[in-house]
Amino acid sequence: MKRLLFALLCLFSLTARANEPIATTADATESENFNPGEMILHHIGDSHEWHWFTLGETHYTTHLPVIAYRAGSGLTVFSSHELAEGKVHEGLKLDHEHLVSTDGAKVYDFSITKNVATLMIASALMLVVFITVARGYAKRGTAAPRGMQSFFEPLIIFIRDEVAKKSIGPKYERYMPYLLTVFFFIWFSNMLGLLPGGANLTGNIAVTLTLAVITLLITLFSSNKNYWAHIFATPGVPKALLPIMIPVELIGIVVKPFSLMVRLFANITAGHIVTLSFISLIFIFRNIGIAPVSLAFGLFIFFLELLVAILQAYIFTLLTAMYIGGAVEDHHDADLQIGGGDGAAPAQAH
Amino acid sequence: MNIVTPELGLIFWQVVIFLIVVLLLRTYAWKPILSSLKERESSIEGALRMADQAKLEMQQLQAGNEKLLAEARMERDRILKEATTMSNQFIEQAKTKATEEGSRMIAQAREAIQNEKNAALAEVKNTAAQLSIDIAERILRRELTDQPAQQQLVDSYLKEVKLN
Repeated sequence: MKRLLFALLCLFSLTARANEPIATTADATESENFNPGEMILHHIGDSHEWHWFTLGETHYTTHLPVIAYRAGSGLTVFSSHELAEGKVHEGLKLDHEHLVSTDGAKVYDFSITKNVATLMIASALMLVVFITVARGYAKRGTAAPRGMQSFFEPLIIFIRDEVAKKSIGPKYERYMPYLLTVFFFIWFSNMLGLLPGGANLTGNIAVTLTLAVITLLITLFSSNKNYWAHIFATPGVPKALLPIMIPVELIGIVVKPFSLMVRLFANITAGHIVTLSFISLIFIFRNIGIAPVSLAFGLFIFFLELLVAILQAYIFTLLTAMYIGGAVEDHHDADLQIGGGDGAAPAQAH
Repeated sequence: MNIVTPELGLIFWQVVIFLIVVLLLRTYAWKPILSSLKERESSIEGALRMADQAKLEMQQLQAGNEKLLAEARMERDRILKEATTMSNQFIEQAKTKATEEGSRMIAQAREAIQNEKNAALAEVKNTAAQLSIDIAERILRRELTDQPAQQQLVDSYLKEVKLN
């Protein structure tokens, strides 16, 4: 625990210091006219190369592979170094980080971008961490957990007992692998995004869209007839209102994952934007005096983001579990409660 | 690059990698972890239940012991009481027997004394009579001729004399 706390503290101090050089590079590249909006959008967006920092005129960058598919010329794989600073390679060039073909043909970009690389790192990290944890269980059996195992065990138990069991009910066990993976994936990715130089993975709409669509598919594939009965013949609604209610309920199916997608994307992106905005203040005012203030605010937002990182992971998991729970539920108890009478009687007895 | 436009490439990689991660973790992490957790929970539950049972058994045993102790105490009290009454009875019996024996012996002694006294008295009477006769004989041998008249007189005198 103490070691972990120390690691976290190290992490904070690193980012607090690292924020400044990042902003400086943005300032240096667009030396005369510092445009904070462009700088921030560049930082939260995806990129074909992993730019770490710039010292003087030297850019310290990891060049990631570009993988492009074009109907005519098939699959093309090369390093993003070939495209640096607007260069054209094999008829491809980068237009504002967007891969386009010089002859106007449609390009399907499957490049290992900064986000894809982060996705791979997060996945590898998860595999290493949780297989280690699982090995701990295999080694120690039913004995008390130790080390990493004891750090993750409460979280796993929390997801199982407070999220899955309560929201899904007795059939929760089937969904545990997805819920646990999605929870830890979002949390780990959020944390990686907070590291200096880290990519804004969970603040990318493609990532949240994919996760939301997986949740939607799981919900639809595990739905039973009660779920559909609730949508096409909502209990307690007069027949005449059904033509209005059915489209509303059908929209509801899509709106639920849509809200999941937007919530995670907006929360994480907003955190990054606010932090970068505070740092930008220094360069907008061109005054060192503003630095302590923006650092203090930036640090405050950073702490807030640490909380948001796990909170959003929890919310995404909880809502996913609730949507699945709604789809596999046997009876809609909620209807009894609305009806009063029978539903209210036991409540008063308490 | 618009931030609200999802990129096809990233979606592709996200789907592929995320699904691989879910499948790998399901097999190599979540299943063993969750089953170990369940196993541990059931073993803890079992241990708790066993402890409860042991406690109950202990209580029962204690209650049994107490009951036994109470019974033993009652038995002791009963035996003591019995012994006391018995000893009292014995004492009482011995006392009455002793008293009876005593009074019997006293009565016997009295009777014996009475008999002895009577015998002694008779002997004294006889002796006195003999003595008187002897005395009278001696007196009369010297001075009197009419012996029977004298004897009669002496007898009548003697009868008048009550020794006690």
